[in-house]
Amino acid sequence: MTVATKDLLVIEGLGHVYEGRTRHEAIGRLDFTVPEGAFVSIVGPSGCGKTTMLRCLSGLMKPTRGTVLLEGEPVDGVPRDLALVFQDYSRSLFPWRTVAGNIAFVLPRSMEKAERQSRIDEVLDAVGLTGSADKYPWQLSGGMQQRVAIARALAYRPKILLMDEPFASVDAQTRAELEDLMLQVRDQFGMTILFVTHDIDESVYLADQVLVLSKSPSTIVAKLDVDLPRPRDQVATREDSDFVRLRSDIARMIREQSQIRK
Amino acid sequence: MSADTSVQTSWFGTPRRAPNPRTTARLRRLKDFAIRWGALLGLGVAWEIVALLLRSPFFPPLTKVIDRFVQLWFSGPPEAFFLTEKVGTDLVPSLIRLFGGWGIGVILGIVLGVAIGRNKVFGDFVEPIIHFARAIPPPALLPIFFILLGIGNEMKISLIAFAVLWPVLLNTIDGVRSVETLHLDTARVFEFGRAKVFFSIVLPSASPKIFAGLRVSLAVALIVLVISEMTSSSGIGYNVVIAQRGFRMLDMWAGILVLGILGYILNALLALVESRVTRWHRGSREGVS
Amino acid sequence: MTSATAAAPPRRRTPGSSARRWTIIRGAIGLLAFFVIAELISRSGIVNEFYFPPTSLVLVRVGELLVTPDFLLQVFATLQAWAVGLSICIIVAVTLGVILGSSRPVYSGSRAIIEFLRPIPSVALIPVAMLVLGNDLEMKVGLVIFSAAWPILFNTIYGMHDVDPIAKLTARSFGRGRLATLLQVSLPSAAPFIFTGIRISGSVALIVVVSAEFFAGASDGLGRWLLEAGSTGNRADLVYAGTIIAGLLGLAINGLLVLVERRFLSWQPALRNTPGGAA
Repeated sequence: MTVATKDLLVIEGLGHVYEGRTRHEAIGRLDFTVPEGAFVSIVGPSGCGKTTMLRCLSGLMKPTRGTVLLEGEPVDGVPRDLALVFQDYSRSLFPWRTVAGNIAFVLPRSMEKAERQSRIDEVLDAVGLTGSADKYPWQLSGGMQQRVAIARALAYRPKILLMDEPFASVDAQTRAELEDLMLQVRDQFGMTILFVTHDIDESVYLADQVLVLSKSPSTIVAKLDVDLPRPRDQVATREDSDFVRLRSDIARMIREQSQIRK
Repeated sequence: MSADTSVQTSWFGTPRRAPNPRTTARLRRLKDFAIRWGALLGLGVAWEIVALLLRSPFFPPLTKVIDRFVQLWFSGPPEAFFLTEKVGTDLVPSLIRLFGGWGIGVILGIVLGVAIGRNKVFGDFVEPIIHFARAIPPPALLPIFFILLGIGNEMKISLIAFAVLWPVLLNTIDGVRSVETLHLDTARVFEFGRAKVFFSIVLPSASPKIFAGLRVSLAVALIVLVISEMTSSSGIGYNVVIAQRGFRMLDMWAGILVLGILGYILNALLALVESRVTRWHRGSREGVS
Repeated sequence: MTSATAAAPPRRRTPGSSARRWTIIRGAIGLLAFFVIAELISRSGIVNEFYFPPTSLVLVRVGELLVTPDFLLQVFATLQAWAVGLSICIIVAVTLGVILGSSRPVYSGSRAIIEFLRPIPSVALIPVAMLVLGNDLEMKVGLVIFSAAWPILFNTIYGMHDVDPIAKLTARSFGRGRLATLLQVSLPSAAPFIFTGIRISGSVALIVVVSAEFFAGASDGLGRWLLEAGSTGNRADLVYAGTIIAGLLGLAINGLLVLVERRFLSWQPALRNTPGGAA
């Protein structure tokens, strides 16, 4: 891995209980850190509180237990340096705005027009959508729409990007393209990325580290460093024996988790 | 403890075990009921207070209006369910005109609507005329209807039917046209006969839009009823106008109250029928219409 | 170029436009046929010509009226009341709708009131309006506000409720507060519904204005003109002509609103599912 970098995101003793008609402990205890510039994947069986965790990490919800520190500051409300990319791009992008309009939405009002335009052009280039600025989201394919969502997040210039199963709604080929896009973007912008997915192969392919969660109340079952060479390649990396071993280990863990009755 | 499979998490609500549907439905209905009548009560109290404060002759307090209302319509002999004669001379004729006109308009509208909706060529010929006729505001039609049919009941019923026809027609056409081709293709594959296609696919598919048209048509019918009665010699609308000319404020407001209650009841009845008939639609689409 | 328009459906040029042409042709034929039949009926004497003047004559009258300044003044008066009333309706109803729509408990409570007030036929209030507001523009505008506000209000509330929660969540995740989310996300999202409500209200407002003019003996307007034309008793041709013009007015208004709608809602891709149906 790289030189010792500072920890961007520190999660300590995170736990969350939903008190409603019934008491549901979604998260048992999570402790982990995300170093700056790292790509961390999170996988787990269904019902493992992944979404709850993202809500807590992003500041959209206050956890019942534990702390979330972003750059040493406790997270209270959605921090300025954090951006989210949702799975459902068609509902997250605003249909009444063009692609450029959607991206402009996240930029501060005070930004000069010229600067705004160049930022939009920059991020559209980065995601491979040069020239689509004046289209409407519904005119684009699913993969392209998710690229717009990513571009939008990039325009916001966050330090850390949280992604909630962002490629689950696209077809396999598009998914591969988008995966490579994420790696490229990470390099280009030096972003830290926390990537939640249920696709084990994807989680290993992309990451520097994979966190495997248990079923609710979730805890971290394993933290696996991924030492595969970079740049990653869709074919070569996936043939690598270390890749195969890693993903099989994770698959076994998840299968065990799915079979546990808590 | 076994895994709680009925718990769901999402980005929004807090998850809870799927509750007993019957008790929640009952609770919700109770809550709706309480809110509904509570709000009405609030409105009534507001009226009373405002009227007492304004002290305007044109705006009597609700209690006095209700008093007069009961006096005019409900103070009859017990054998007649306490209804007064006035009900017979005014309310009943109005209702006959209303239902007569509405019924004719609805039947014509649905029948024609289906014919036009199913047949594109026929539709092409007729639609400009429909759009034009629909755009004529009903009061503007009164003079013509006067000329052609005089001022009796036939005129009123025809006018109501004419006004009701258009929203029903247009919505039926829309509904029939928007039947999913996938359903029709499925019917073709299974070799449904024409009648079967119509009754079991087209009509149910179109019913939400048809009902939307019916709701609009009811409002239109009421408006046109009142319009047509403003120059007649009996009926609720007539009552309101006569009272106003004679500055009998209480009578006027009592008449308006009758119209409001009538409108409310009719709408509620239609909503009831609609919810029964289109139950499937609400389930599958969260009740768009 | 890296961006390919993958998803936009290919433009079908030839088959679509020729089908449209046929639709228009058939429509024109239908209209023509209608006039011819009406002409034949009136000239044949089935109905007394006194009560059903020939279509050709009526159409001539229409042309004459459309260039008569006096008549046009009346039409203008009607339009004026319509425009003023509708504008106030929009401002009030949309504002109210946004407020009511964004808060659940307020919404539930108000629904009951709305459901009770809505069915009152607005024309029943013409006598009241006359007494309270006089005989002129204020009376007409007041009536319009009471009767035409409901479709807009209803549709706004429905539209506000229908806003995609993920869209709101997205705004929140990018640091937008409640007000900003309301104005920049909820309102545009509800716009299609609001516009449908405005279209419906547009026709309701016209009906109400003409009714008021007709019945309240209002000082001016198309309704008043029709009342007078009808009451002389022997100018049926004028009455028919006036009514046709009223219909044209209704069409023009609706057409105008549709144009405005298209201009603002050009982002609407496909079918819209809206409550209330076509009115």
